Amino acid sequence: MNGRATFHFQIPVYFGGGAAVAGPKEGQGPMGPFFDLIYDSLQSAEDSWEKTETAMQRDALAKLLEKAALTDGSVDLLLGGDLINQLTVTNFAAVERDIPFLGLYNACATMAEGLLLASSLIGAGFIADAAVVASSHNATSERQFRFPTELGNQRPSWSQWTVTAAGAALLTNRPGPVRLISGTVGRVVDYGVKDANDMGAAMAPAAADTILRHLRAEKASPADYDLILTGDLGRRGRRLLLALLEKELADVDERFQDCGVWMFKENQDVYAGGSGAGCSASVWSGYLPRAMIRGQYRRVLLVGTGALLSAVSVGQGASIPAIAHAVELRTEGKEAR
Amino acid sequence: MNDPLKESMRASLEAARKKEYASLIEETKEPVPLAKNVLLAFVVGGAICLLGQVFYVLLTMAGLADKTCVTLSLLILIFLGSVLTGLGYYDRLGKIAGAGSIVPISGFANSVVAPALEWRTEGIVAGLAAKLFTLAGPVIVFGVTGSALLGLIKYIWLALTGGAL
Repeated sequence: MNGRATFHFQIPVYFGGGAAVAGPKEGQGPMGPFFDLIYDSLQSAEDSWEKTETAMQRDALAKLLEKAALTDGSVDLLLGGDLINQLTVTNFAAVERDIPFLGLYNACATMAEGLLLASSLIGAGFIADAAVVASSHNATSERQFRFPTELGNQRPSWSQWTVTAAGAALLTNRPGPVRLISGTVGRVVDYGVKDANDMGAAMAPAAADTILRHLRAEKASPADYDLILTGDLGRRGRRLLLALLEKELADVDERFQDCGVWMFKENQDVYAGGSGAGCSASVWSGYLPRAMIRGQYRRVLLVGTGALLSAVSVGQGASIPAIAHAVELRTEGKEAR
Repeated sequence: MNDPLKESMRASLEAARKKEYASLIEETKEPVPLAKNVLLAFVVGGAICLLGQVFYVLLTMAGLADKTCVTLSLLILIFLGSVLTGLGYYDRLGKIAGAGSIVPISGFANSVVAPALEWRTEGIVAGLAAKLFTLAGPVIVFGVTGSALLGLIKYIWLALTGGAL
């Protein structure tokens, strides 16, 4: 049962390039040097937050294709999503491209879901190239899930800061330095967390579940990996994940890292860290592949984490279900380039 | 086929795990800095009220009627709350002061102007006007209902005790 829904991609799937676009605050963080484009305002040249987020996705996709020297016609499939109702942002970015499109929603696990699906389709031989995109924007999320951005309210230290960023990655069957080996589809897990500010706590059990299932299916232990990188658990969620995993595994240590923790410096006033679909999407498309090609990490497990809440479910007092999908990456060859 | 005994064991194990997790997340939650929050709310809230009082005193010195002075000082605070919201400062104040900047009337202004700004993109009628009272609405509803109820109680009390209505 534990091997269920762990896919090994039969035809080799490779990372064919990535592009990341971020907002001003993210640009000042540790990931800043790895973004292709940094917006100097949350609302730049567009007349709404949502249009700005769409512009970020559009720019990320354009950069991706430009860097990979591809045209719309040579990409078989576009997969992507965001956090805004009915995938508003992604739909309006996709309309400008002439690529068949699958819209995805798994909250902040959307990038992982996209990578997993694209790899499966390439790995099964249905397509050769796929672009995966995901984004989030602090202000579009604030006003949809919480309060108007200018409201003078207080938030607890365990809440998280929605990242303004878009990340786009190209997956392909043409050989490259980084290969996607396998992936595990997550289960929706609900441990009864009701505090919509405490998303790290809501998502940690889902991440633990998927990591355990993936490791069992791969007959691996954390020590076999150089990095196990969760999407947006934040400092609190990461601590809770480690506490959950320590009961089941050895080597639960610094190899477990989180994009939400990586995104901002300690002094950037983001509470427990970054969150949002653009958080993992931009780190996985911007920083991570470069670090792998540099040889910093050889075997990596990406674990996208999503809190599946909505303004409606929170309003009705429901607990927060969560999901996590895992994708395993390795650098090709004995020697890292 | 599912074994009912196994199923019930699995369910109770699951429940135990959830209970254990619930206590883990409570234990690991950073405590809310209550003393600091209360102090900041008191200082900022007090400062806003003091400011209102200063306006009131200045207006009385200008020789205006007492009732007019009260109304005008409230209006000035509402104006300042709205302008500071528009300029993007009131949310920063609220982050520090909490209830200290929410409870005074300038906070009420903030709760009206913030949604107005936010939903302006969906149009003047369907956006701004429709969403204007999403946050302040409950205050108005319960304020008006509460006043009416108190009035009713006062009316009944005076009728029973034979006091002047």
